Amino acid sequence: MEEHRDDLASKTGMWLFLFTEMLLFGGLFIVYSVYRYINADAFHLAAHELSVPIGTINTIILLISSATIAMSITAIQKENKKLSLLLLTITVLLGLTFLVNKYFEWGHHIKEGIYPGSSALSLRGHGDVLFYGLYYFMTGLHALHIIIGLIFIGFIARMIIHDKITSDNHVLLENSGLYWHLVDLIWIFLFPLFYLIT
Amino acid sequence: MSVTAGMTEPSYLEFKGKYKGIFSWIFSTDHKRIALLYLFSILSLFAIGATLGLLMKFELIAPGKTIMDAKAYNAFFTLHGIIMIFAVVIPGLPAVFGNFMLPILIGAKDVAFPRLNLFSWYLYVAGVLLVVIAQFTGDQAPDTGWTFYAPYSFRTAGNMLPAVFGAFVLGFSSILTGLNFLVTIHRMRAPGMTWLKMPLFPWTLYATAWIQLLATPIVGITLLMIVAERLFNIGFFDPTLGGDPVLYQHLFWTYSHPAVYIMILPAMGAISEIIPTFARKIIFGYKFMVASSLLIAFVGYFVWGHHMFTANMSGQALYVFSLLTFLVAIPSAIKVFNWISTMYKASIDLQTPFFWAMAFILVFMIGGFSGLILGSLAADVHLHDTHFVVAHFHFIVFGGTGFSFFAAMHHWYPKITGKMYDTAWANTGLTVLFIGFITLYLPMFYMGVKGMPRRYFDYDEVFHASNIISSMGSWVLYAGLLITVINLFISLKRGKQAPANPWGGSTLEWTIPSPPPVENFEETPIITKGPYSYN
Repeated sequence: MEEHRDDLASKTGMWLFLFTEMLLFGGLFIVYSVYRYINADAFHLAAHELSVPIGTINTIILLISSATIAMSITAIQKENKKLSLLLLTITVLLGLTFLVNKYFEWGHHIKEGIYPGSSALSLRGHGDVLFYGLYYFMTGLHALHIIIGLIFIGFIARMIIHDKITSDNHVLLENSGLYWHLVDLIWIFLFPLFYLIT
Repeated sequence: MSVTAGMTEPSYLEFKGKYKGIFSWIFSTDHKRIALLYLFSILSLFAIGATLGLLMKFELIAPGKTIMDAKAYNAFFTLHGIIMIFAVVIPGLPAVFGNFMLPILIGAKDVAFPRLNLFSWYLYVAGVLLVVIAQFTGDQAPDTGWTFYAPYSFRTAGNMLPAVFGAFVLGFSSILTGLNFLVTIHRMRAPGMTWLKMPLFPWTLYATAWIQLLATPIVGITLLMIVAERLFNIGFFDPTLGGDPVLYQHLFWTYSHPAVYIMILPAMGAISEIIPTFARKIIFGYKFMVASSLLIAFVGYFVWGHHMFTANMSGQALYVFSLLTFLVAIPSAIKVFNWISTMYKASIDLQTPFFWAMAFILVFMIGGFSGLILGSLAADVHLHDTHFVVAHFHFIVFGGTGFSFFAAMHHWYPKITGKMYDTAWANTGLTVLFIGFITLYLPMFYMGVKGMPRRYFDYDEVFHASNIISSMGSWVLYAGLLITVINLFISLKRGKQAPANPWGGSTLEWTIPSPPPVENFEETPIITKGPYSYN
């Protein structure tokens, strides 16, 4: 049986998958808004404890990484395999930097005894418990998506090296780009919800 | 497109691929083989679920402990619910008959993503294994019911983690099947098959796929939150930490009510294929059938609150949810009217699939009307969490989806297996099963109105007589199931060779040999007429 290839079908499938990802986080955004409404003051005060500079740096990192993966698609379309690989490498490095920052951010809070189930957190009242519960859960799930994205991009890079992704067959690279943009987009919502709205 | 075209190509059952034996099945990306993988997984799980149900009914034959104590009973109804809902009726029609028939009905060679299709089945098996593991590891089997209500689901000593995660994985499998079908329907219809020339089973699968895609992620994230709650004690739904258990119910039913339409829409679709085929008539109100499928899918999103009438929602919310619940009944009623109108003045060929379809319409109507009673606020306060609800959803889920599954089974059996089944035994099976079904579930309406709660292993003496009738019904029902399934299995060996078009159907699957060749169509069909074009 010959392989039947339909790039538009692949992209449609990817868009539909992104739709489900948005709804996955959508459920969490609903929970966030309900508990923010109930605990407005506590959420307001807790948000002050998150480091806006680190959050801003991470936002910029992700935005740049979205640009580099988009450029790598253009590079492969122009048959510039080396540049495409270089741009993907930069994307992966930026993603890793994001995770390292996240690690230090989480580590800082955990050292202060602020994590789900900790006695220090439960002493601070319901609003803080829910704020930090949502913070860890939502940024954690987002970080998990970054990790999956990085692994995915790694496979794509391998396929480019082995010429399985070329200028006339690059729908997989495009799809991983779409996925990476979504991960970026979700962060664009997480950042103001946890760091900026005070 | 000659009906009698010779078997130049081997059928999908005889095809020799890269792998041999069992591997030619579990590594196959052929939509027809994957459909049969699902069929056997689902039938095995259905056998387990039905046996659990039989034992539960035996426990209820007398007040007090009969064969199991309260803890065992809780574990039984939990496993019965998880298996039947997540692993049998939700994937039932889409994953089995959808997988097999959707590409054929739209004139395609396969689904859009064959490997993803196989991966969905792997996920399905993984999810089922997790649920099974939950039963045999840990100190105590899961005992929350299939709804995993908070805060009990993270307080109980029951082994919830694998069960909840298993349900999450099963949901993911369902999402990917839906995604696959959506792209297939958008991209792979045969030339000339415009949207309004598409048969109704694909149309209902299309509506279903949107629900699978848009509703399942919500329950996915909710179940993950329960997992996190058990592991890290976060407090999302824990009132002692400021969380709101009712919010869990909202999120859960935001998916799980639309999930009811994942179960029933393809069931309606299969019935919409069977009735015109045996009535030898074009379906009455084709466009209304299409529109009602989409309407059910759409309105079905906004009625979840009717599961929570007694959960302390605001007055306005109650009225709106009740009103919407009544509205969603309208498109279902349109379907029933159109099925009946199709039969009007038709020269009906009375065959087994048609009898199943008739049985479906009858029990589906009883289930639907009892749903309206539950949708009215005052009545629901009295009937909430009683056996009335149990009767209602078994009439819809078993009577609706289950009967339609067997109708589809008898309708497409010759196409799938290439054999004819024994009609006399098939009709006997249906008759016995139907009598058992009515005897089992009809008394439950009465018990519910009288106030017998659901999910208890014990009950007051006043319910004894009706429980005896109901439990006896379960034996007849089980016997009917056995006759039906055994007949189909025996016919695999003993059945006569099936012709390409045993029922005189007019949709595409009847234009190709039985069983179909690997690539379905020797040449891509070109569609000029709508489906169900007789005379």
